Amino acid sequence: MVVMSDIAVQGVQMLLVLLLAPLLTGFVRKIKARLVRRQGASIFQPYRDLLRLLRKEVVLADNASWLFRVTPYVTFAAIWVAAALVPTFATGLLFNWTADLIAIVALLGSARFFLALAGMDVGTSFGGIGSSREVMIAALAEPAMLLIVFCMALVAGSTQLSTVANFLASSYVGLRVSLGMALIALIMVALAENARIPIDNPATHLELTMVHEAMVLEYSGRHLAMIEFGAFLKLLLYISLIACVFVPWKIALFGTGPLAYAVGAGAYIVKLAVAGFLLALFETATAKMRVFRIPQFLGAALMLGLLGTLLLFVSRSF
Amino acid sequence: MISAAALQMSCVAALLTLAAVAIVLSRSKRASDVIYGLTMAVSVVATAASMSWLVRGGPEASAVILPIGLPWLGAHFRLDSLASFFLIVVNFGGAIASLYGLGYGRHESAPHRVLPFFPAFLAGMNLVVLADDAFSYLLCWEFMSLASWALVMAHHREAGNAKAGYVYLVMASFGTLALLLAFGLLAGPAGDYGFAAIRTAQHTPYAAGLVLILMLLGAGSKAGLVPLHVWLPLAHPAAPSHVSALMSGVMTKVAIYGFIRVVFDLLGQPAWWASVVVLFLGGITAVMGILYAMMEQDLKRLLAYSTIENVGIIFVSLGLALGFQANGMKLAAALAFTAALFHVLNHSLFKSLLFFGAGAVLTSTRERDMDKLGGLIHRMPMTSFAVLVGCVAISALPPFNGFVSEWLMFQAVLQSPDLPQWALKIMVPAVGAMLALAAALAAACFVKAYGVTFLGRPRSAAAETADEVDRYSIAAMFILAVLCLLAGILPGLVIDALSPITLQILGGRMPIQANEAWLSIAPIAESRSSYNGFLVLVFITISASLAVFFIHRFASHALRRGPAWGCGFSDPTPAAQYSGESFAQPIRRVFGTLAFHARDHVEMPPPGDIGAARLRIELHDLVWERMYQPTAVAVGWSSERLNRLQFLTIRRYLSLVFATLVALLLVLAIWS
Repeated sequence: MVVMSDIAVQGVQMLLVLLLAPLLTGFVRKIKARLVRRQGASIFQPYRDLLRLLRKEVVLADNASWLFRVTPYVTFAAIWVAAALVPTFATGLLFNWTADLIAIVALLGSARFFLALAGMDVGTSFGGIGSSREVMIAALAEPAMLLIVFCMALVAGSTQLSTVANFLASSYVGLRVSLGMALIALIMVALAENARIPIDNPATHLELTMVHEAMVLEYSGRHLAMIEFGAFLKLLLYISLIACVFVPWKIALFGTGPLAYAVGAGAYIVKLAVAGFLLALFETATAKMRVFRIPQFLGAALMLGLLGTLLLFVSRSF
Repeated sequence: MISAAALQMSCVAALLTLAAVAIVLSRSKRASDVIYGLTMAVSVVATAASMSWLVRGGPEASAVILPIGLPWLGAHFRLDSLASFFLIVVNFGGAIASLYGLGYGRHESAPHRVLPFFPAFLAGMNLVVLADDAFSYLLCWEFMSLASWALVMAHHREAGNAKAGYVYLVMASFGTLALLLAFGLLAGPAGDYGFAAIRTAQHTPYAAGLVLILMLLGAGSKAGLVPLHVWLPLAHPAAPSHVSALMSGVMTKVAIYGFIRVVFDLLGQPAWWASVVVLFLGGITAVMGILYAMMEQDLKRLLAYSTIENVGIIFVSLGLALGFQANGMKLAAALAFTAALFHVLNHSLFKSLLFFGAGAVLTSTRERDMDKLGGLIHRMPMTSFAVLVGCVAISALPPFNGFVSEWLMFQAVLQSPDLPQWALKIMVPAVGAMLALAAALAAACFVKAYGVTFLGRPRSAAAETADEVDRYSIAAMFILAVLCLLAGILPGLVIDALSPITLQILGGRMPIQANEAWLSIAPIAESRSSYNGFLVLVFITISASLAVFFIHRFASHALRRGPAWGCGFSDPTPAAQYSGESFAQPIRRVFGTLAFHARDHVEMPPPGDIGAARLRIELHDLVWERMYQPTAVAVGWSSERLNRLQFLTIRRYLSLVFATLVALLLVLAIWS
């Protein structure tokens, strides 16, 4: 009986991330539009886009292989599982211990691996350029991400996200320089991983600077819908991650009952909205950088992570 | 009932007999089937024997003494938990390579150059792992080196192979020299070469440090530690593919076994600075190995460079274990050591798989250059599926096995704050970042290898008309692919099976994983970190099936084939696709300027000329150019000078001998 309700709560979380992900992207787009004094599409537009794509036929390149057709489902599934493992409204869900933060990052790596392969499958230059740049960005972002994980694990004594969130929420941790550095580094990595400005521009389609969009250029119809949905989920995942580690307020402890879960869910939606607003603000205020400036950007994230870790070694109170 | 060690030794004897039979048989038609079939049978028996030994929890070590070798010592061979694990790696690798050889060997142009040496090579590796005294160890080590050298030289007329064999021979002799000195130091002035005596003897810190350095040179050169790796990318690809798989997947592990045996087992309690040295070398090796691989266009050489990376990863993990062990942190040491052994097993699985895949591509297209391949996923569906599994596994992605061992290493890295030494405290997180960099670059490298070879459009006629390979090769690849998945989703079983080894070597072990619920693994405690590959796989399968079900229930089914979109511009020829070199360009620009002094030169035709512009890529192998070439020049120069000594008159020779004698006696007089 207890197991059944546990599974139900976990199921709610899986559905919740699925339902909220397009809304978050729609919200960010709407705010961006309003900030440049455009009316902007409705915040529900991403849902309509997905439905429209689902109804369209798939146009497949002549020499596309089975890998090309399987990849959308594999990437979507990997990102969905990863997103369901990050605590959103409650910690300690039944399957949270299936994978710790390192494994979640690696799951996203699996999704990217297949997407990069699919970019190479048709044999067009656009796919190749997108894949090769995507793997370069990943190669730079992953070490930075790992140092951020170190930093958090040193503070909380665990790489398990539920434990980290509980630790940071319950005891008095206080302001710490190294956690601040980890936060900045994590935001930088999250921008890169989600192909946001200043690394990549999610709104362009015909520029040689594009990375992610070039890689998925050959996709259409339901395949494209899956890939877009995966990208929405990934954005939600990174914001949930930042929220549960750095602002774990009101996050419900496991087994505290429906009321606490409802409060947690409300707080979670507020956190998403604030983060979405800040993201839109940041993206409107900055320009995209040249591709070969990205190493400096992510190198800075790496150094911040390393500095944060070393500060923790020097003194546990930083 | 014969003892376990005797059983292993009789398997070795059977392999050696097979080698002798192969010499007689090798020119007959059925020789290949007979030899590979029997080798496989013997290897399977040996694998099963060591497996049952390890699963029984590694009972008391069993020994065999043969009345050969040094007259007052005899040849000692001994089976303990550590040896039995490496015997599994060796013999399973041998069995699966023989299975592959059953199919692959039929295309062999010179079977008489391969068949006798193949079982001999396997026997040599078995003997190195079993040897229990310094003399037999060195003898077997040399036997293994020479047998593999003969296999490297199987196609000695092909361009580059002679050089590969030469460089291999030089480096192998260098490595053996280092090992010889190491064992000399270990045996001490008493000259007791038995491992049992060495283990109980006291070693001064000075001697122990020297032995560590010598082992890094000796075993490291065989394993491929940077900067001693230069022979590896030349020699491994030169051999037939199933032998390349053995050399890369298994022989490097035998070298790692040698390192573990001496540094962890024979030397006793390590000094903490040993860990710094090993960590540093391992980190450099991992990153440089994979960067080399990223720049490579030859499929088999790329795999050989990736072996260097994996050896680096294993050494990093061993370095961590040394550091924890030196500070008495048994649990953390056991964690790092288990991670290293797990990666040894994993690498032997997926590297064999990938070399078999490269061999299959080579068989059906006669081509190793990736930039002449492409689109093989349509022509060789089975091979390309198996190789895809290998690529995912080697890129350390869940839910496959490569990820589990790297995850365990990261968990070990996270134990570093408890280390008392500052140098280690600062070094370990930095090395952890290097591990992450190597893992991410490995993923990039294998996207490139797979994408250019198997995906896209065919870049040559050979790739366009390639055919699927024989069913033995496919069976071998699929067995390995299934094992890669199994080790990834049931890591707890592997970790528990490895615990007798950590108990034997380090005196500590990881918590029993069989007690964890749902087959998950928790290296220290569940609240700190846990991972469940099985559930990850189940979840991915369920959510992917849900997505597929939903799409097929509610979304449009329409599908139309058409020309590729490519933003309206379709590339005129397949040669205009992204090639291996162009795929590596971003990483070459980011890391290559430092690591290889890489430069791109655009050569434009003069104005008015309508010829094509060219892009020339300049890469420098700095290790080769800065270390090996000057050494070779110096050796050449001095031997040129010394050459005069060959043409002296008898009088001058006599005076030379006299002068040397006087000089040596003088030195002796002054010394003592």
